Formats: sequence, C-alpha cells, structure tokens
Amino acid sequence: MLTFTVRRLVLAVPALLFISLVIFLLLELAPGDPMAQVPLTVPPEVKEKMREALGLGQPVHIRFVKWLVQFFWIEPQVLIDNLFGTGFAEGKLRVLSWQTRSPVMDIVVQRMPQTLWVVGMSYIVGVLIALPIGIYSAYRQYSIFDQVGTFISMIGFSVPTFFTGVLLIVIFSVNLGWFPSIYDTTHKVTDWASLVQQLRQMAMPVFVLALYNAAQISRFMRASMLDNLNQDYVRTARAKGLGEKAVVLVHVLRNSMIPVVTVIALGAPQVFGGAIITEQVFKVNGLGQLLIGAIEANDLPMVQTLTFIFALLIVLFNIIADVLYGILDPRIRYD
Amino acid sequence: MTEAPEKVTPAAGGATPAGALIDPIPVAPPRSQWRAVWQQFKTHRGALLGGIIFLLIVLAVFVGPMVWPYDATYIDIRARNQGPSFSHPLGTDQLGRDTLARMMAGGQTSVAVGITAMLLALFLGSLVGVVAGYFKRLDGPLMRLTDLFLALPLLPLLLVMVLLFRDTLNAAFGPETGIFILIVCAIGVTSWMPTARIVRGDVLALKEREFVLAARSIGTRNTMMILRHVLPNVLSPIMVSATLGIANAIITESALSFLGLGFPPDFPTWGRLLFDATDYLQQYPERVFWPGLAISLTVLSVNYLGDGLRDALDPRIRGR
Repeated sequence: MLTFTVRRLVLAVPALLFISLVIFLLLELAPGDPMAQVPLTVPPEVKEKMREALGLGQPVHIRFVKWLVQFFWIEPQVLIDNLFGTGFAEGKLRVLSWQTRSPVMDIVVQRMPQTLWVVGMSYIVGVLIALPIGIYSAYRQYSIFDQVGTFISMIGFSVPTFFTGVLLIVIFSVNLGWFPSIYDTTHKVTDWASLVQQLRQMAMPVFVLALYNAAQISRFMRASMLDNLNQDYVRTARAKGLGEKAVVLVHVLRNSMIPVVTVIALGAPQVFGGAIITEQVFKVNGLGQLLIGAIEANDLPMVQTLTFIFALLIVLFNIIADVLYGILDPRIRYD
Repeated sequence: MTEAPEKVTPAAGGATPAGALIDPIPVAPPRSQWRAVWQQFKTHRGALLGGIIFLLIVLAVFVGPMVWPYDATYIDIRARNQGPSFSHPLGTDQLGRDTLARMMAGGQTSVAVGITAMLLALFLGSLVGVVAGYFKRLDGPLMRLTDLFLALPLLPLLLVMVLLFRDTLNAAFGPETGIFILIVCAIGVTSWMPTARIVRGDVLALKEREFVLAARSIGTRNTMMILRHVLPNVLSPIMVSATLGIANAIITESALSFLGLGFPPDFPTWGRLLFDATDYLQQYPERVFWPGLAISLTVLSVNYLGDGLRDALDPRIRGR
C-alpha cells in the first residue's frame, strides 16, 4: 500500500506539471491586454516599461518556468517562514497579482477561511444528512419514505444551486426577513449574540450547498446499500440470529460505506468548483468569488494560481480516494 | 434487432407426410429487443412522465413563439413591470417585454445549447472510448488524456475559455452565433470524459465475445467491425449518457449565463433571464421564479428520463 501511494504521488507530479502548462498556455492566448485600462495619454514607452514591470517582457517559456519556481519553490519557503519565523524567502520574488500588486498567496490565505467555513460546513452537513437517508431508504425500498427521499434527492440533484440560492433569498430574506441575504465577512464572533448572527448568515449558503451534496451522496449510499442487502452474508447474519440493527448497521453498512467513502473524497474538491456559484449568489468573498473577480479583471497570475490550486486539490483527493479504497476493501490489492 | 416473422406457418399442402415433423408453432410472436425495452420503460412512471414533460417543454419552446403574438425583443415601454394579466400571463420586464415570449426564446437557446453540446460530448466521448477500447496501443495514452481532463477544474476553465475566445469568435461569426459556438464547444470539450470511460469499458468486454471473433474470422475489417458490431452494442450506455449530458449542458450554460459570462443581455436564455431578474429581487421577486422553474423542470425531467432508460436498457433488470 505504501509503495502504491508513493508511486501515485510520484506520477502525480508530471500530471500536475502538464496541467499547469495547459492552464498557462490557455491563459497565454488571452487577447485581453492588462494595459487596456491605462489612459491613452500615457506614452507608449512608459507603457512598455509598465508591461515589463508586470513581467510580460520575456518569452513564454521563461515566464512559465518563473511561475513554476515561484509557486513550487518560493511559496513553500514563505509558508515555512511564516510558520517558524525563519528568513528563507527574504527578498525573493513571489507570484504577484496584477490587480493589487500583492502576493497572490497572501490573498488566497485571506479568503480561505470564508470558503472553508461555508463550503466545508455545507459538505459536512450534506454528508451527515445523506447517510441516514440513504441507509433508511435502501432498507425500506419502495416504501413511502424511500419514494419521497428519492424524489427529493432527484430535485436536489437537478435544481441548480443558483436557483435554490435565489429562491431562498426571496423567501427568507425578502419576504420573511429571517436571514441576511449577504454574507458579512467582517463580522467577528466575540460573544453569544454575534455567534447567533454568524450562524444566521451562514444558514442559507450552507443549506443550499448541503442540499446539493446530500442529494448526490444519498443516491450513492442508497444504491450501495441495495447492492449489499441482497448478499448471502446478510442472510447468514440473520440466520445465525443477529439483531436487525446489528445486521444493517454493522454488517451491511460497513461494506456499503466502501464506495461511498471514495465518492465523498472525490466530491470534496468539486465543492470548491460548485461553490463559485453559491459564493457569487450570497456574496461570500471566498476563493470562488476571488476567481470570478480575477477573471473579470484580466488578472492572469491570480487566475493561473487559483485554477492550479483547484487542479491540485482534485489530483490530491483522487489519490486519497484510491488509497482509501485500498485500505477499506481488503479485496483490492494494488501491488 | 433482427426482424422476427410475426407468425410461423407450417408449409401448406402435402409436402410433409405426417404431422410429426412439423415444428411447434410459436403462440406469441418473439419480442424484439426494442419492444422489451419499451415495455420496461413504460413501467417506470417517473421516466415516462419525465419524457412527456421534456417533449412538452421542447414543443412549447419551439412551436410556442409561432403562435404567441408578442416578440421576445418587442419593447413596449408603457407596459413595463406589469404583473400577470390576460395579455401577459407572466407579466412584463423592466423594458415592457413580454416575459412569456422571452421565456420561450430563452428556452430555445437553452435547449438548443443543451442538445448540441450533448451531441458534441457524446461524439467525442464515444470516439475516444471506442478507439481506446478497441485499439490496445492507443488505450494507455487516451485514458491518461481522459484522466488529465478529469483532473482539470472545469468551471474555472470554462469561465476562462469563454472570457478568452468570446471576442475572437464574436468578430468571426457575429455576437449570437459566435457565443453559441463558443459555449457549445466549451461544454462539449469539457464533458466527454464519463462517456469515454463507460464506452471503453463496454468495448473492452465486447471485444472478447465470440461474435466479434466470428466476424473477424470471415475477414471483417476494423472500420466495419466498429460500425456494425461494436457501436450498436454500446448504444445503451451512450443513450444514458446522452440524457445526463443534456441535463449537464443546460445547467452549465445557465451557470455561465448566471455568472454574466454567457450570452449577451439582449439574447435571452433561461440562465440570463434568471441573472437579470436577480437585479429586481427586492421589487419583483416573482421574476426569478419562472426561468428557475423552467431550468429545474427540464433538468429534472431529463434526469428521470435517464433513470428510466438506464433501467430499461439494462437486461439484468429488464427480465424481472
């Protein structure tokens, strides 16, 4: 198992390099000029100087290698510096955003907590809702609970998050006034009242994303339980007199969780992608909104870095899913 | 799919001396595969309903504008921001355009984008899947390519692609055709991977079957083998992917339009209408309802259709 993990990690490196190259070349085709907003009165030679200051003067391959060095070599050093107070990265050039002229990773670190709070919370809530629903609807297949549960999960799966989000805003913000429609990032939790306020502003985005995630996961959970409930070992377990609770919640559930756990792991990075829309609807200024803003402002280093971070997460969680599958299922042997 | 004779009649007359040699006459005609699929499909009520609703939506969206008197772009500034009335069942927007007409025009674009993008994704996915499954030498590289595409963050890349190529294509084909081509290609190029994987798996299994060996032994060439023997047998996973592909493409197009990076404002699609309606959320909250409902209903019906198709086309379930 260890050799498999190491091999996958090593193989991920060329894949990631290739992905970063694809993203870089795609952005390279951008017709948008970062100097487009500069007034026409600025003379061309000054504009040329400004372009060079942004690092645009050099040929493509040199800029790509520079970005690679900055992202893979200098940024980890900055991280170590911040963690241990050392001075490895002093005076070295980091990936700079064209919008703010500040390091991209600093902005990412600022935006990370909002995304993790809202999106991460919604994923956890979604999984916690999905598992019991999936288990019970499989156990009582074709019962009313199953029919209703399948229908609701189909709706949650089909209705796009930008509609559920807007609908919730209409109902709960505009008409009832229970929850704020805009997520206030500057809000700080200091006492009980502010914690309640924080929970209130998180309620709607978390609910929207949780519904979407729960719908997908509960479908997988139900299918996986149904596969296992008809197996011979279940009949054996019942025949030897085990209680129904032990049969379903211990024997069947443990076996059914194997594919579901990998689905949950695979879905984790996609949450960041899907969250772009939800963050936009509720004005949560997390990573998704940062990406949209960067795309609209033609801020290529920011777009490049963010897209690559998303790709990194996908590759990483793919490996995690594969390894988990191998650990959980003794029938799978990678070696 | 061979055409079975409706009834087997014994040779008439005295050709056979005794009745003992006559084959027993089948009472019921043999069921063709597609009739069996239809029988199974009919029992799935959700799928049947989903199929009917999807057909109705497509019909309403494409035939409706021919019947409906108002044009989607007709501006009647004196009748702006009206509620539902007899002449405007869904009301009018801030420029006095009839919402129902705009919904139908938007639906045309959304459904057209959905179907075209699905066809493109299906074509790419089947091509990659069949080639990877059939030709062993290409299997490795093509599947690595599929894995790479699966590892790409799709929504950010779609946004980037739309942003980058919008102006170029607008200049070449005009603003409406340009963005249509761009969005269809962008969605098609980023959603073929699941189809490719499923088709490859099925082709790998098919390749080992006896009928393929038999066909090869009479000298069938690769092209004919794929067209005549392999493709018809992987049709069912492709059809299921097709329904899921429509749903996916409609949602993606609406999401792009909703983020303001899809079609131009004067060119309605459901996502664009929803996006425009959010500006008037405080005053006219009902306006977000119709486009959102249309998107959700279409996707829901297509998903149910796909569910039913998957059950109907799966021979293990069909027998029961």
